[in-house]
Parts: sequence; C-alpha cells; structure tokens
Amino acid sequence: MKSNLKVFLKGIVDVSPLMIPVVPFGLIFGVLAIDIGFSPLETMGMSLIVFGGASQIVLLQLFSGGASSIVIISSVGAVNSRHLLYGAVVSEHLSDLKLIWKIVISYFLIDQAYAISNEYLKKNKDQNRYFHLVGAGATCWVIWQSTTFFGIILGAAIPEKLGLSFAVPLTFLALLVNDFRKFINIIVIVVSGLVATLGYNYIPFKAYAIVAGLSGLLVAMILTKIVKTNE
Amino acid sequence: MSNWALIIYCGLITYLTRFSMIALIKKEMFNNRIRQVLSYVPSAIFPAIIFPAIFLDNSGLILIEDNPKIIAALIATLIGIFSRSIIATIFSGLASYWILIFVV
Repeated sequence: MKSNLKVFLKGIVDVSPLMIPVVPFGLIFGVLAIDIGFSPLETMGMSLIVFGGASQIVLLQLFSGGASSIVIISSVGAVNSRHLLYGAVVSEHLSDLKLIWKIVISYFLIDQAYAISNEYLKKNKDQNRYFHLVGAGATCWVIWQSTTFFGIILGAAIPEKLGLSFAVPLTFLALLVNDFRKFINIIVIVVSGLVATLGYNYIPFKAYAIVAGLSGLLVAMILTKIVKTNE
Repeated sequence: MSNWALIIYCGLITYLTRFSMIALIKKEMFNNRIRQVLSYVPSAIFPAIIFPAIFLDNSGLILIEDNPKIIAALIATLIGIFSRSIIATIFSGLASYWILIFVV
C-alpha cells in the first residue's frame, strides 16, 4: 500500500491538467462579482463558502438581474444537484470512513476532483485511496481561491466597455462542449434555452432558470425513455 | 436578506448536495435511471444562463438583428465542438465579440 502522502500527491498530479480552464473561470468570477457590486470580502467569502464555480456565477447573474434570495438559493441548489450523483457514486469508497472525514471530503467533492478521482477509486482498493480525492480537491481549492483573489484585484482595473459579462454565457457554453455532439443533449439544451429566453420576462420571481432547468430535465427523462424502448 | 446571509445559504445548500449522498443515503437508492437523468443536469440548466445572456438586450427584450453576441456565440460553439477545449471556446468567443464591437 502506498503512503497517504503519495496518494495525496498522485491526486494533485492527476487533476492538474483539469485546472487550466479553472483559471479564466475564477478570474471572470472575481471580476464580475466586483463589477456587480459585491465587496472584495463578500466575493472571497463566496468562493470559500460555496466553492462551486458554475453556481457562483449563476448567483451573480441572478443577483444582478434582481432575482429574490429564494430564487437565487434554489437556482444554486439546482445547478449543484449534479453533486448528488457524484456523492452517490463515490460513497461506496468512503463508507468505512469516520464521519469527520466524510464531512471534510464532502467539501472537496467538486466536478474536476470527482472526474479524476472516481477513475482512481475504481482501480485501487487500498484503504487510503480516498486521499486521492482529497489531493485533487485541495488542488482545485487552491486554484479557485487564488484566481478569485486575482479576479478581485483585476476587477477594479478592467473597463466595463470590454463587455466582460459576455464571458458568463461563454464559460457555460464551454462547459457544454462535449454535450453538443449528443442528440438528446442538443434537444435538452435548445428546450431549456428557449424556455429561459421566452420566459425571462413572464416567469415570476425571475425563476426562469429553475423553470427552464426542470423543462430540460423533463425532456431528458422523456427522450431517454423513448430511446431505450426503441433499442 | 443581507449579502452574507445569501452567500451562507447558497453555501449550505451546495454543501448539502455534496454531503447528503456520502453520509446519509446508501448507493442502492440510486438506480441507473436516476443516475442517467442526473447526467443531463448541466445540459438542462446551463442554457438557462447562456441563452438569455445572448439573445436578450439590457432591457430584457429579444434582440436578433444586429446582435454581435449571437455571432460570437456561434463561432465559440463551433470552435468548442471541434477543439473540445474549454479555453479555446471562451477565448474564441471573446475575441470574436471584441472584433465585432470594436473593429467591424
């Protein structure tokens, strides 16, 4: 069995390539948060407390559009509901751990760490294999906090004329690059996008993101069912 | 609600999505069907942010003609599909947007 430190370091090395896209994402978040009017401390607090890139940008987007707190909080929950899947998948590797470790590891269960460590956890049966997830998660944490910090500093210096708020749809678009190749995903994307755009002014409480997201999931449920029965 | 309260609630709900399955629920409760549908969450939710930000103007009205964001987003999508690179997608979109608003 490898030492805990070795497994931890392996997690850092494995997740590193996935950190490249996180850098612009964190910078954009910091810049936009300041732009919208959050204080530097609140912006840093968001990255430390929420620690979820996509949901933090959703928070900013809805906040600047004047959505109510309840809508913002449920939208953040909806965006992050994918973690339920991650947790369910990795839970079998963590079932022997003490509760305190589960509490710590949960904080680090983010997209990139899940993607890379799930592979490792499946292949290794060592008792200490979960250190890989901690290493990967901690790496993401350092990158996310430091890029947020630099974004806050840059935020004061970047002119509004550059239209950097356009980076928000672009970063989300970038997260879907692999889904544009799959038929069901394309339909889901178009349905959700249309519902959000057309309902933007008509769905009360600025809940358009939740309504659109649920419509998209409903379409996904129906389409995956149809495709399965045809096979 | 103060900004800090909002941030803390958002953090709590996010943490619960991570912790609940690890700590409270057994894996058997998650069948393949639920797993399959949850894998569509990004495709279902991200467009709700993408589309309005591209197709609506500052006052919330649909703007199709003379909208550089649509063209820039299309270029970014194409680059994304072929490169599969997150960075290339973001920067090709931003670069085309800047060319459209400052040069053309």
